Amino acid sequence: MTTTAEPVRVAVPPSGGLLDRVLKMRELAILAVLVLMLAATQIDNSAFLSQQGIKDLLLNATILVLVAVGEAMVVITRNVDLSVGSVLGITAFAAGDFLQGGGNPLLAVVLAVALGAAFGALNGLLVSIGQVPALVVTLGTLYIIRGVDSIWVGSREITASVLPSGFVDFGHNGLSALPYLAVLAAVVLVAVAYFLRNYRSGREFYALGSSPEAAGLAGVPVRKRILAAYIACGALAGLAGALYLARFGNVDSGTGSGYELTVVSAVVVGGVAFTGGSGSVYGVALGALLLTSINSVLPSIGVSSVWVQAIDGILLLLAIAVDRVLALRVTGVLRKRAAETRSARHG
Amino acid sequence: MTHPAPDQVPVLALEGVSKSFGAVRALRGVSLQLFAGEAHALAGENGAGKSTLIKALAGVHRPDEGTVLLDGEPVVFHGPADARDAGVAVIYQEPTLFPDLSVAENIFMGRQPRRSLGRVDHRSVRAAAAELFRRLGVDLDPDQPARGLSIADQQLVEIAKALSFDARVLIMDEPTAALTGSEVARLFGVVRSLREEGAAVLFISHRLEEVFALCQRVTTLRDGAWIASEPVEGLGEDDLIRRMVGRDLDELYPKLPAEVGAVALSVRRLTREGVFTDVSFEVRSGEIVGLAGLVGAGRSEVARAVFGVDRWDGGEVQVGGKPLKPGAPSLAMAAGLALVPEDRRAQGLVMGMSIERNINLTGLRATSRAGVMNRGGERSRAVDWAVRLQVKYARLADLVGTLSGGNQQKVVLAKWLATSPSVLIVDEPTRGIDVGTKAEVHRLLSQLAGEGVAVLMISSDLPEILGMADRVLVMHEGRIAAEIPRAEATEQSVMAAATGVTGRAA
Ligand SMILES: Nc1ncnc2c1ncn2[C@@H]1O[C@H](COP(=O)(O)OP(=O)(O)OP(=O)(O)O)[C@@H](O)[C@H]1O
Ligand SMILES: [Mg+2]
Repeated sequence: MTTTAEPVRVAVPPSGGLLDRVLKMRELAILAVLVLMLAATQIDNSAFLSQQGIKDLLLNATILVLVAVGEAMVVITRNVDLSVGSVLGITAFAAGDFLQGGGNPLLAVVLAVALGAAFGALNGLLVSIGQVPALVVTLGTLYIIRGVDSIWVGSREITASVLPSGFVDFGHNGLSALPYLAVLAAVVLVAVAYFLRNYRSGREFYALGSSPEAAGLAGVPVRKRILAAYIACGALAGLAGALYLARFGNVDSGTGSGYELTVVSAVVVGGVAFTGGSGSVYGVALGALLLTSINSVLPSIGVSSVWVQAIDGILLLLAIAVDRVLALRVTGVLRKRAAETRSARHG
Repeated sequence: MTHPAPDQVPVLALEGVSKSFGAVRALRGVSLQLFAGEAHALAGENGAGKSTLIKALAGVHRPDEGTVLLDGEPVVFHGPADARDAGVAVIYQEPTLFPDLSVAENIFMGRQPRRSLGRVDHRSVRAAAAELFRRLGVDLDPDQPARGLSIADQQLVEIAKALSFDARVLIMDEPTAALTGSEVARLFGVVRSLREEGAAVLFISHRLEEVFALCQRVTTLRDGAWIASEPVEGLGEDDLIRRMVGRDLDELYPKLPAEVGAVALSVRRLTREGVFTDVSFEVRSGEIVGLAGLVGAGRSEVARAVFGVDRWDGGEVQVGGKPLKPGAPSLAMAAGLALVPEDRRAQGLVMGMSIERNINLTGLRATSRAGVMNRGGERSRAVDWAVRLQVKYARLADLVGTLSGGNQQKVVLAKWLATSPSVLIVDEPTRGIDVGTKAEVHRLLSQLAGEGVAVLMISSDLPEILGMADRVLVMHEGRIAAEIPRAEATEQSVMAAATGVTGRAA
């Protein structure tokens, strides 16, 4: 048996196995909730899904989608990055400071991404080489980066007025209802999903999260992959920081505080198991969309936004419950399959 | 049969290799040579250092001393990937699969066939896995997730993984421990053809008859030291055992006649849909009943249902005349039932806990007063059982995960025997246990039966069933196909029933 791609001789089952189907079911479930929620709101308030309404919805989701997709890569490897909020804050300010000094907007974005990637590399090195649990390491870097940010920024503030107008326009405009930022996020999303699904190193992310021990024995370069996941996560947080600046035009030393919790919620609601090895970034993007939509839905149906957090929490628990039920269903299916195979095997 | 010419260069060899883990000297100056076209057996008791040797060959462990030679040249494997790239395929003793990924991905992780732009060719991955399973004659779905596979199926996936390489050296650490005769025969067929094509094979098994059936040479280790390397031809089982143990062995199946008493466990028309159907049997106190059958016949599933780990859809289980509530292992334990499960890593042990803690997990009541643990009591209970089962360990506080495979199995046995059950169900009790200790476990089971314990023993090792059981139940496709008394139980009669050749006996 060789490992090169040979012409296929054996009958191949039509497509995707049980694992794929479960994944799709999970994504469809979030999509259904999202559609139902939006539809209900639309019925209640017909101005909700106007062109501007849709644009706002997408704009709001963009930043969260980007950070959550990065976080998902880390969580798939059975790790976590709690420093994403701080990284977003500091990169947004760095990009703003650079632009304020007359820098090129494109360069500002590159700078933010590179700075984010550097923080990601720091996290990745500490986790993979230091063998310290990711939760502890990134909790530490969360505070360190926030601290550095506070010292550096002090009481300064970036406002839209000091930014180049082209940069700010990019953050607001789009092709009718489709903001440029959302297009950018979608491109990143598709690229990451394609990478995770179709490249050896992408598959190794899942292998690593599913069983680190088995991954080591299978010759997966465990440390390298963990480092790569953190760098990607940091880079995406940096990109999100630059886009945050473009969208809101307003950054201070508190930008992005507490954001990590929203990000982690989006990842879990989106169906990426905290124990690693499963889930897809499409699910995560839907999860992010769902969480940000709630923020818009509640005011437009006249519910106070103080409810938002409680509802986020309920969604989180709901997602975990759905995962549990799905897991049980899968076990049931496997059981039945085993029985069928058995009678075929010796029959 | 190819016997290596003396001047032939071994494909892979170890020279004077030593390896220590803290105070444990797992290997001391061991040498081994693997030649192309030859199957080489590695023999030794539990903890002799066999798996450690394999891990040194596979690049998992770096030897403290000595060298690894590839085609006669010293090499340093920095990790499993290096060994793999050198053409060394390894089946480790404990299956290490990715539970969340499909069986096909498990086989090809990191080596997936690719199409343009370096993308993984998912169709070829699946097709290649299907082709491997066809070659091995097993009916596994390549798309199935690895989670929930039985130990035997996991081992088959590991075997398929190793065969998927164009391996020059195939190393197998107890690949057959959970397999029955027909799967083993298939495996051996495939391994023989690989060997004829020029692969070197290193094979470990505690079933000595397999060593004699497959291998041309055998190297024996004892306490980490090299004892002998010699041709298998002309060697008897007794000779091999003497090399391993350092003395002659008493009887392997010391079955004593026991006084058979009242019915202790009664299972009536037990059914779990799609798993097993209409299973009825009784086990009396003092009796050892063997449960035989092919892999996948539903033996372990019956045991799990009886103990309450899985639910059942119909039927009844009685212990000592009282019906048992379904799906409640703690009540089953209270009723005097104990189950030694087949999968020691997933169901039997907590790998990150000490030996002592593991043994005492079943005795939290016995060794505590008003909820407060009595450390002294715990300790003496653990020592008592660890000594009775000859567990080889440095300190009781060591993590169970650092023990050799066979010693882990002994800890699982200790954990459950320490509950002094009235009905003991053992699922593959001697999986991975060496001959010497196997005899010890058999003696223990026989002794327990003599004390009035009812024993139900599931085993894929047919000689063990024939040697120990007063009565043999044979399962076929989820049903009890035959019940054969000790006097009539032979390899033929049991295999015939297990493969469905004969109808219902008894
Ligand atoms: N990672 C480890 N840490 C500490 N001790 C270890 C480790 N791995 C193995 N050992 C010890 O090394 C010795 C040899 O173990 P090894 O697994 O090689 O035995 P084995 O011959 O494969 O036995 P078995 O037949 O039971 O599988 C044992 O005493 C074991 O406890
Ligand atoms: Mg071993």
